[in-house]
Amino acid sequence: MTDTDMTGTDMTPALAPHAIGRDLARRDGAAKVRGTAFYADESPVENPVYCRIVASTIARGRAVSVDTGEAEGLDGVLAVLTPATAERLASTSDAELAVLQDDRVGFRGQIVGAVVAESFEVARDAAARVRVEYEVAAHDAALSADRDDLYTPDQVNPTYETDTAQGDMAAAMASAPVTLERTYTTPMLHNNPMEPHATTALWEPDRGAGALTLYDSTQGVHPVRSTVAAVLGLDEDQVRVVCPYVGGGFGSKGMPHANTVLAAMAARAVPGRPVRVALTRQQMFSLAGYRTPTIQQVQLAAQRDGALDGIAIDVVEQTSRIKEFAEQTGVPTRNMYAAPNRRTTHRLAALDVPVPSWMRAPGECPGMFGPEVALDELAAELGMDPVELRIRNEPDVDPETGKPFSTRNLVACLRRGAEQFGWPGRDPRPGVRLEGGWWIGTGVASATYPVYRMPVSTAVIGYSGGRYVARIGAADIGTGAWTVLPQIAADALGVPVQEVEVLIGDTEYPPASVAGGSSGTTTWGSALVAAAEQFRGKFGADPHEGDEIEASVPENAASERFAMHAYGAHFAEVAVHADTGEVRVPRLHGTFAAGRIVNPRLARSQLLGGMTMGLGMALMEDSVLDPRTGHVVNHDLAEYHVATNADVADLRADWVHEDDPHVNPMGSKGIGEIGIVGTAAAVANAAWHATGVRVRDLPLTLDKVLPPA
Amino acid sequence: MDPDTTLRVDGVTHHLDLDPRASLLDTLRQRLGVMSPKKGCDHGQCGACTVLVDGRRVLACLSLAVAQDGHEITTADGLSEDGADHPVHRAFVEEDALQCGYCTPGQVCSAVGALDEFARGWPSAVTTDVAADPELDDAEIAERMSGNLCRCGAYKGIRAAVADAHREVSR
Repeated sequence: MTDTDMTGTDMTPALAPHAIGRDLARRDGAAKVRGTAFYADESPVENPVYCRIVASTIARGRAVSVDTGEAEGLDGVLAVLTPATAERLASTSDAELAVLQDDRVGFRGQIVGAVVAESFEVARDAAARVRVEYEVAAHDAALSADRDDLYTPDQVNPTYETDTAQGDMAAAMASAPVTLERTYTTPMLHNNPMEPHATTALWEPDRGAGALTLYDSTQGVHPVRSTVAAVLGLDEDQVRVVCPYVGGGFGSKGMPHANTVLAAMAARAVPGRPVRVALTRQQMFSLAGYRTPTIQQVQLAAQRDGALDGIAIDVVEQTSRIKEFAEQTGVPTRNMYAAPNRRTTHRLAALDVPVPSWMRAPGECPGMFGPEVALDELAAELGMDPVELRIRNEPDVDPETGKPFSTRNLVACLRRGAEQFGWPGRDPRPGVRLEGGWWIGTGVASATYPVYRMPVSTAVIGYSGGRYVARIGAADIGTGAWTVLPQIAADALGVPVQEVEVLIGDTEYPPASVAGGSSGTTTWGSALVAAAEQFRGKFGADPHEGDEIEASVPENAASERFAMHAYGAHFAEVAVHADTGEVRVPRLHGTFAAGRIVNPRLARSQLLGGMTMGLGMALMEDSVLDPRTGHVVNHDLAEYHVATNADVADLRADWVHEDDPHVNPMGSKGIGEIGIVGTAAAVANAAWHATGVRVRDLPLTLDKVLPPA
Repeated sequence: MDPDTTLRVDGVTHHLDLDPRASLLDTLRQRLGVMSPKKGCDHGQCGACTVLVDGRRVLACLSLAVAQDGHEITTADGLSEDGADHPVHRAFVEEDALQCGYCTPGQVCSAVGALDEFARGWPSAVTTDVAADPELDDAEIAERMSGNLCRCGAYKGIRAAVADAHREVSR
């Protein structure tokens, strides 16, 4: 980076960077490379027992009888939980968490029983011997845009308006010289963190009646505590949730799922024994959330110079009949490009399927696929360079709200990314570069992700033993919070980073928001800065042993005045084998504008990781739900393919310098999700450029890209 | 119960009565409290449970513990005898070849095993001339490390770390 890359305002963020911006190694790295950092299923408890789930083999109906006799006859079996015998929960308003509360089955794979045993082997054996008789009801698990029962949710995740309209999109489509109307689809996708969802539960009467400790694999210990306390009818202070390390989540561990509640129930059934519940990889496909499949009808109306008259996206997606989750797939179209006429809508099919949830960049990730491929199609139609088409439609202000952007450097990303990728001079013709038996092409797509700040998070900073120790119930899901939060606190306190420790991952620490929406650093960092300022204000530069102060994340008044988003540009080179259709991605580059980068080494890992997951989405990830059974048939890692080491070739992530004084004192925007956002579209566009075959349905498997003979 | 089984794990000898159904992975984690190898799939599909058995990389979830009687098992936590970090440990931290860390102990064991296989002159699927001594380039490392999935997508760092460690150990 050089000064000529300066692309911000003439104002700078409040916090002068000293530790911020340093290329520090991960503080938890040494423990993780040895495997001594402990995860939920290996939490330090005495004499644990093991719980194994019995899952429904039908998609809808009733588990009318659960015969536990044979299972209970096995040596080592301690308890078998069934809908008839399980404890009654205090709240069953969340059907996903109402584990074993009645005999109804709402999706295949739902929990209909559970075995607790002295050993894992016995629990597994016994669970297989539980006999469940079902009363089967007709189920419906087929998503289509033609269904006559699609409905309009009240809002889409988290609280966006379901539908928006500006101007007259239909009139724009009728009058514009160039129009395009296409349908794009993204499949059901599963987060599949490497660590399966797991909970170790222990009731501790010594701590007081109803005292429960949960070692839970979660992106937020405090959100788990409040949810589980309500389900079990406990006060929040009776529940402790501990999670110092998380083996990935990508959204699936953002909200507690059934395993967490089941662990508490199972532990209550075997007093005095901690119970470990870990989902099998197969169960991860029904009990841990997933990205809904989406059907996106995209309309573009344009002038011949590329200026958009209108842009619209009408989305159809699925939710579970037992619990609604409405993906905000259409939301990024609301403010990505300038166009006077626009429309976004969301319609849901409520099906007898597992409950969808968050998966890395819900909304932006699937929702930028259709529009970014549509723009590529429009560029071809107009004979325009796809980079220039995007720049041609750069808005001056947020097209939806009219607010100015705090900073918006999409154009800088596109220009710099194009230069570094070697885009200028690209031959736009598709299907003309055959090199050594491979069709070669290049493609581009934009990315965006909002700057979220969660309303609740509190940090305590104390001075002890010559060091500053901060505590906050935040989560490091691989993002680097253990490392970057001390960097922020050090700069806020004005001390070297090695003098600061930040403790996270425990409800014994002050409440913190979920590690989701790329909001962690903004939210927790702002709380730390507030606490550091108050600490210095009260205790000065020379504190005494034991001085301590607590402060919470302030509201950001600037968020009323500005639209705040990160941006990025993805460039991909694709090679398609002329005979087999095998698709490879020799080069995948991303250039991002995401405010100030707190730690370049860790930030690059986040961005590359998002792009790698996007590569999997582009080429291979596809949860195949058989509508005849409601079953994800490829429910393991041998059949649900994620990118492997050999799938990743020349992968690069870079960023432009961006000073944003409005987002937060650090000037940072959040980088956990934007890396995935434009990847699949860039790869699909490059595959078209390679072959001339336009693929509008992910993933780009060889049957779809093979050029017609 | 099966007759007495002897396992040597990270230099410590254990005599165990084992359930013959118990995998090496579950025995390490649940009987011995050795939590370094992780369970990602329990089906030999992800590599998170990779350990070294007599120096060769093995998927502990696909290996029955009773079948390892008398063998030397090394996890990522037991890689160096004096308690110091192994060159592969250091390289993984330096290259940020990890994020969440869950696949990492398996990656580390796999890297040590792969470097040993390479040193013995074993070819891989991408070795063009199997008769020649292969060069440990990026493609060779990627191929040899592709049995270990990383959902965080740290592959680029993992390749750099393996290359760094190779340079260090072969110096």
